[in-house]
Amino acid sequence: MIPALANPQRFMDFSRWAAPWLGALAAALIAIGLWLGFTAPEDYQQGDTVRIMFIHVPAAWMGLFAYLCLGVASFIGLVFRHALADAAARAAAPLGAAFTGLALVTGSLWGKPMWGTWWQWDARMTSVLVLFLFYLGYMALQAAIEDEAKADRAAAILAMVGLINLPIVHYSVEWWNTLHQGESIFRKGGPAMAAVYLWPLGIMALGYTALFGSLWLVRIRAEVWRRRARAAAMKVVS
Amino acid sequence: MDVLVIDALHLEDVAVARGGRVLFEGLNLTLHAGEAVALTGPNGSGKTSLLRVIAGLIRPAAGRVRFIGPAGELDPEEARGRGLHLLGHHDGLKNTRTAWEEQLFQTRWTGGDEASAQAALAVLGLAWGAELEVRMLSAGQRRRLALARLVASPRPLWLLDEPLAPLDADRRRLIGEIMTARLADGGLILAAVHDPLPIAARTFEIAA
Amino acid sequence: MSLAALLRRELALAWGRGGGPLLACAFYVAMAALLPLAAGPSPERLAAVAPGSAWVALALASLLSLERLFERDFEDGALDLLTLAPAPLELVCAVKCLAQWIAAGAPLAVLAPVVCIALGADPSLAPLTFVCALVGGLGFAFTGGLGAALALGSRRGGLLIAVIVLPLFAPPVIFGGGAIEAMASGLHWRAGLLLLSAYSLAAVALSPLAMAAACRNALS
Repeated sequence: MIPALANPQRFMDFSRWAAPWLGALAAALIAIGLWLGFTAPEDYQQGDTVRIMFIHVPAAWMGLFAYLCLGVASFIGLVFRHALADAAARAAAPLGAAFTGLALVTGSLWGKPMWGTWWQWDARMTSVLVLFLFYLGYMALQAAIEDEAKADRAAAILAMVGLINLPIVHYSVEWWNTLHQGESIFRKGGPAMAAVYLWPLGIMALGYTALFGSLWLVRIRAEVWRRRARAAAMKVVS
Repeated sequence: MDVLVIDALHLEDVAVARGGRVLFEGLNLTLHAGEAVALTGPNGSGKTSLLRVIAGLIRPAAGRVRFIGPAGELDPEEARGRGLHLLGHHDGLKNTRTAWEEQLFQTRWTGGDEASAQAALAVLGLAWGAELEVRMLSAGQRRRLALARLVASPRPLWLLDEPLAPLDADRRRLIGEIMTARLADGGLILAAVHDPLPIAARTFEIAA
Repeated sequence: MSLAALLRRELALAWGRGGGPLLACAFYVAMAALLPLAAGPSPERLAAVAPGSAWVALALASLLSLERLFERDFEDGALDLLTLAPAPLELVCAVKCLAQWIAAGAPLAVLAPVVCIALGADPSLAPLTFVCALVGGLGFAFTGGLGAALALGSRRGGLLIAVIVLPLFAPPVIFGGGAIEAMASGLHWRAGLLLLSAYSLAAVALSPLAMAAACRNALS
């Protein structure tokens, strides 16, 4: 632990004001986004249930974004042996898993009124499910190895592998779906979506991002303190 | 046979931390060809870790390990891949294989050939047991089999972790003779021990 | 070359006492036998899921036989020896996975069409099932080997490796299963086989890098 946390002080100073600020921003954006979402007109096809989209879609995006952050932090931790990066990766995982889990649950809730089933094996939802499993695998591996430094490195390698595999999995699931000519209930399209939906969606996405940022900073701080406490305890013992 | 010559091993300011605890720091040690050093210190002082740091398996928290060859400094990757043996508490022998199969594989793996593998078994008095499965050997015989690959291979640097523990006095003398011969050939020996080595060796104590 | 010697030794160890490959095959058959027991013996239902279930059972059987791929060497010190070699650790890992594929993956691939037909699939699917199982088995061996290397030192073994690796198995399962299903429905099946081959080759090329990194991490 001699290299320990190379320059955590600057990070701690930064996050002390950044985390609550981002949290406030997140609260504001999400409030606005939800309001816009609930006052937007009904979808001609799906009625009121389309409103779940405003919670579901950004959650799926955040699940993916969080995994990217996890991957980048893992890469930096792996290549530069930077303990703060390791802490950041460890801190991001449960957050990403939570967003992904939220996406899965809301996706299921959205699908039920439309298709009558609680789960639909379409390309996007299956990809999100596999992403969730990636998170679980990452956290399971990290928890299973006793030596923390080794656990961080092993999990970082897994995160990189997962990052490379994610597009492959997504492509394979899409291919599988076209094979079985499945229909996506989540045909949100891009330009085809009405502008009145794009605004709440975009604002919710930003709000979620700010929320992730805030929570992530808080978790990294907690992780830094935990490691400091452990290092101090080690000093006492030896 | 694939021979790499190491003239010297330098440990400069090496520090090792395991599981968050610093075992030792500021360790300096130099070993020249033909020299043997007995590494001593209490249990848990980091003898095994130091050997593994030299072998490149553990990253030191600080400091450098340098290998010097006849033409100058050697690439550590190459020195470790072709120039040293690490014999720890676990010998890496597979129980279900015969002694000869293991000796042949390990010899070939570490740069020797069939002839040297056979000769080494004879030197260590194990030729009779060549067709026995490894799990049938006693602890002392296993240890001798593990040492056989060191004898059969031309690699000069021996990193040994309590190499003589299961051996009786006669065998220790035999190993001592083998070590002396290898040192005369330009070998380097660094052995972590609790008892004195059967050869003339400097003692180096790892202090916390 | 010493890598060839390593391959021979790995094969000898795999086929030696304890019959690793036989165990994997027995597991495969047992799993495949459970399916009709659970789903009921109606031939249409079974035939519909036969290729898919045979494929999934194959993935699981491959996975379980990989659990000790690195663990034994890690525990008895052989991994130290294998690391301190002129050959890069990446190649060593690749050789180990290759040996695993030859020793266990190949017999499983031979069994796969048998299991498929036993579950009611059309015999005309047998050749493609064999090829997919062989090629897919290579991907399973290398990806599973990666999981085995990552889980070194964790003492959780098989379940942990499964949790790590099964999501990574999704692409080969999809491609291979898709190819067989396509042939069963009279559709274009070459695409699935090609994609499966591409995945396996990519796994062969790339996973040794991660495997070696994981082994070095465990040894440190």
